[in-house]
Amino acid sequence: MSDPVKVLLRNPSREIEIPGPMSVTKLLRKLDLNRESVLVIGSGTLIPADSMLADDAEIEIRPVISGG
Amino acid sequence: MKCRVCREPAVIALRRHNANFCSDHFLRYCRQQVDRVIDDYDMFAPGERLLVAVSGGKDSLAVWDILRELGYAADGLYVGLGIDDYSDVSLSFVTDFVSRHGLELTIVDLADSYGFDVPSAAEATGRVPCSACGLSKRHVFDKAAVDGGYDAVVTGHNLDDEAAVLYGNVMRWQVDYLGRQRPLLEARDGFPRKAKPLVRLTERETAAYCVLRGIDYQVEECPMAIGNKHLGFKEALNLLEDRSPGSKAEFYFGYLKRVVDRFTDFEDRGSLGTCPSCGSPTDAETCAFCRLVSRTAGHSQPVAFTTRNEATVRQH
Repeated sequence: MSDPVKVLLRNPSREIEIPGPMSVTKLLRKLDLNRESVLVIGSGTLIPADSMLADDAEIEIRPVISGG
Repeated sequence: MKCRVCREPAVIALRRHNANFCSDHFLRYCRQQVDRVIDDYDMFAPGERLLVAVSGGKDSLAVWDILRELGYAADGLYVGLGIDDYSDVSLSFVTDFVSRHGLELTIVDLADSYGFDVPSAAEATGRVPCSACGLSKRHVFDKAAVDGGYDAVVTGHNLDDEAAVLYGNVMRWQVDYLGRQRPLLEARDGFPRKAKPLVRLTERETAAYCVLRGIDYQVEECPMAIGNKHLGFKEALNLLEDRSPGSKAEFYFGYLKRVVDRFTDFEDRGSLGTCPSCGSPTDAETCAFCRLVSRTAGHSQPVAFTTRNEATVRQH
């Protein structure tokens, strides 16, 4: 059985696991997140929307909207 | 997905520009956008001293970094708001950035300097915390810039911020505010010049800039701002942006190009006096900030904190 994609979500910080492999676009849609409102980050860099996440990937989905 | 410039693999897609960029060319794009705003609005002259209002968030650290990269002499000013751990963590991101680049930072702590913090001000006034927070920051920034002989205060307001404020002001037809919503406000009546060099970059772009530059910033939302109107306006505009990329830029830049001058006459240009308490310009007997200080007397919950880089940090 393959490992899940580990996803760190913020505000508040929490981790979820999603069955992989999966494209970034599909993951954002699955989590009902607006692509204009988040960045997907892995290994210290940005992961573009057309990327396929391996089944053992560890990523962060970082919201970019701030209310100050 | 390939970079529009070099055809190497891209790390970010900017749908509003129908363009993808690799890391190097995205960073160059960000600097070019800021340089263009500075040029379009004659924001700064060579050799001028700039004071960056820095919070530890992505926008203020990004604008400070870009100004530095573009060769401007820019110092930082941090206002300690006393919002629990959030303020301590925010300050740590600022001092880390300062240490890394050998920059000059001034810290003004509201509790130490004025006897109140944002939570106690909200309690004393019965208004939303963002109201006391904004008023306090504006007062401290203005005063520090004037007292310190700086030529301009720089803030990290980005395209999303400006579009959301415009949306809110249009929704309520705040015509006096609409006439003032420009990327540059010239110094007048004792107020310093105020500049917003990030208005051509979206919030997503300033966050991406920080990630790619390795700038750590406060990602968590301010606990006092959660659910505020401004966030709601941003979410609404991003729904439009997702369906129609470029909507926010068209809304804001169309306003600047074709509409803002029509509201100039609505701007309150009444003569200003001087606050007897702090010396700031005011249209009332006592300025709004000093009235806030007076109202919060007895509500203070001072929060002490230390700095990580004593050599380059001045605490006021």
